[in-house]
Amino acid sequence: MENKLLVSSSPHISSPVKTKNIMRDVIIALMPALVASIIFFGARALLIEVVSVATCVVCEYLCRKIMKREQTIGDLSAVVTGLLLAFNLPSGVPLYVPIIGGGVAIIIAKQMFGGIGQNFVNPALLARIVLMNSFPVLMTTWPVTNFDTSDAVTAATPLALSKAGQAFPSYLDMFLGNTGGCLGETSALALLIGGIYLIVKHVISPIIPCVYIGVVFVLAAALGLDPVMQILSGGLFLGAFFMATDYVTSPLTNKGKVIYALCMGIMTILIRRFASLPEGVSYSIVLMNIIVPLIERKTIPLPFGVVKEAKKK
Amino acid sequence: MAKKQSLGSIFTAGFVKDNPVLRLVLGTCPTLAVTTQAMNGLGMGAAATLVLIGSNVVISLLRKIIPDSVRIPCFITVIAGFVTIIEMLVKAYMPALDTALGIYLPLIVVNCIILGRAEAFASKNGVVASAVDGLGMGIGFTIALVLMGSIRELIGNGSIFGIVVNDGSVIQPMILLILPPGGFFVFGMLIAWFNRMADGKGKEPTTLECMNCPQADACRTSEGGLE
Repeated sequence: MENKLLVSSSPHISSPVKTKNIMRDVIIALMPALVASIIFFGARALLIEVVSVATCVVCEYLCRKIMKREQTIGDLSAVVTGLLLAFNLPSGVPLYVPIIGGGVAIIIAKQMFGGIGQNFVNPALLARIVLMNSFPVLMTTWPVTNFDTSDAVTAATPLALSKAGQAFPSYLDMFLGNTGGCLGETSALALLIGGIYLIVKHVISPIIPCVYIGVVFVLAAALGLDPVMQILSGGLFLGAFFMATDYVTSPLTNKGKVIYALCMGIMTILIRRFASLPEGVSYSIVLMNIIVPLIERKTIPLPFGVVKEAKKK
Repeated sequence: MAKKQSLGSIFTAGFVKDNPVLRLVLGTCPTLAVTTQAMNGLGMGAAATLVLIGSNVVISLLRKIIPDSVRIPCFITVIAGFVTIIEMLVKAYMPALDTALGIYLPLIVVNCIILGRAEAFASKNGVVASAVDGLGMGIGFTIALVLMGSIRELIGNGSIFGIVVNDGSVIQPMILLILPPGGFFVFGMLIAWFNRMADGKGKEPTTLECMNCPQADACRTSEGGLE
């Protein structure tokens, strides 16, 4: 029965786009941010990234092995999760933090729900929130960058400074990434390069990042915050380009994407402005991930040629 | 009960197969609320077990007398009587436990495990069987609470039954586990584990037909749904 004739209905054309290729593109797109993190935070950043990726891959392998399911580490999705998780950690955390985070991301958020394609929220973000609430002090102690001229050992993030009413770094520093913050989130430039690469390669649609960042910009201006500073700081670029656009947890239709990104933007700025937390990107993305099935239901496109029925009473 | 069960099988049913919390998913409110420490879980489990045995016995004795139409108020009255006794005893002899359990101790009155067993078992079975069922279910409840409390206390606070095993010098305790979300994480995983123990593997996950979906009426893909 090895060479069974495969009989299936059309379409018969097989697409060269596989999960593996998409994930490879995402990894390539994350490389500039990885380089930036090493430039600004030194070898320690690389160590955390390696530990995080290794934990995710090992957890994925063991989970599939123990549950006797098809092995999926080859699709590289665990590597992407590991990288994104590491990008959400400060460079000073002890190494057990990425290990616990990788375990939470892969085992709890992904494999317990059935593996790739079944997770209801972004695994890396869920792990970040778990770590944030488990180790609040470790997760908010940001070592200074290698280019910091003061004698300080740790620096506050621009958002925390702004929340406390203090002066925040210059736009250029924030754009390049020379500020306190998580490994991969500080350098807007590197993330922008990666994001544009993904859009050019048609891996992600520009709708979600553009609407998301745009809404944050407009609302920040409307609420009297510094809009440029709001979009350059925090995890907005990382979240908008790499996490909100996760295929599994974002809507399929363009209309759905707009609604999804719009709500994320509103939620992010509301958390930043009115809640006690300085940063709201991770919570807003995870909350919207959960609402995606409802958005999908409301935005099911009509099949071609179907005339929308008039509302019957 | 059409089939006569042996006392032994009634007694052990509550441990894993029909574990009230982890298999029947009853009484989740106190389960999630008090299990921040193993000791609280044990206290809550013991209190509920005593109430459960008492109410099961009395309701079983009265099962021929209680009119069917007003059985729920009658059950609640009996249960409330026992809960009041237990509450007074705990207040008198274990004030620390009383403080830890707080409102959840008097709330045993409306605990669905106790009402559920009264309705499903005691009102249909004899006194001895009901007492055994109460004890078995109570032990099952206690097992679940102590298990959850131990896991949450161990990971979230680095101690177990108040004995410190991890002082945070190497790995800090994950305080999320003693916060409400941690309760849900542990709860979900224990349910999965108990399902596995009770049903074993090899049970295919059931896929619901489109029409079984609660949203079927509003959904275009289900037949005749477009109203």
